[in-house]
Amino acid sequence: MLELFEGPLDVDTIFSNWRKWGEDKNYGAFITFVGTVREEDGIEALSFDVYEPILRSWFEDWQERAKKRGAFLKMAHSIGDVPVHTSSYIAAVFSPKRRVALELIEEFVEDFKANAPIWKYDIKQGKRIYARDRSQRVEGSGLLDSL
Amino acid sequence: MVQVEFLGPIGKKPIQIEANTLKDVAKELQKDEEIKKWLAECAVAVNDRLVKDLDTPLKEGDKVSLLPPVCGG
Repeated sequence: MLELFEGPLDVDTIFSNWRKWGEDKNYGAFITFVGTVREEDGIEALSFDVYEPILRSWFEDWQERAKKRGAFLKMAHSIGDVPVHTSSYIAAVFSPKRRVALELIEEFVEDFKANAPIWKYDIKQGKRIYARDRSQRVEGSGLLDSL
Repeated sequence: MVQVEFLGPIGKKPIQIEANTLKDVAKELQKDEEIKKWLAECAVAVNDRLVKDLDTPLKEGDKVSLLPPVCGG
């Protein structure tokens, strides 16, 4: 399940809802990754653009991979501005036992960073600046430049 | 006509162009100096699926999206 929210995430509420869901489904392992905006280089906030159609198909592909290993994924992400010391991203893996969940959380979060169609901007003195240096090219980039 | 969309920080409104394959889209976009700068680092999706072949055929009403480098989380 993929959830998108305007602004910072209510981490406690999301965590609590997901934990209860996992208990009801009889999963023995529940691992979360929470991304929090750090105070760094004078930024006031980060800001995000999300392209939902491709994000959803990317997520559904991952859900299929998780299912084959008996696991289930959940993810929440912010759209728009997220001030420092608040959170923009939560990923979670549920599985019957720990091993699969420990492995999947790393694979899922790393692939998210590399391929999820989300763009990050620094907010400095009210200006929104694309975080180009921290961004990664999606696999297959440059196709239209290859004539 | 196909619709070409420029996602995230490219900051350009969608355009409509005549194209039978992605190669036609590439030729057209390379004429635009502002867009040309982005092409080397953009991935491409047709109807919201990433593609890796310039010969990908296009039909009337298809949507081509350009995805610049990403950074979620």
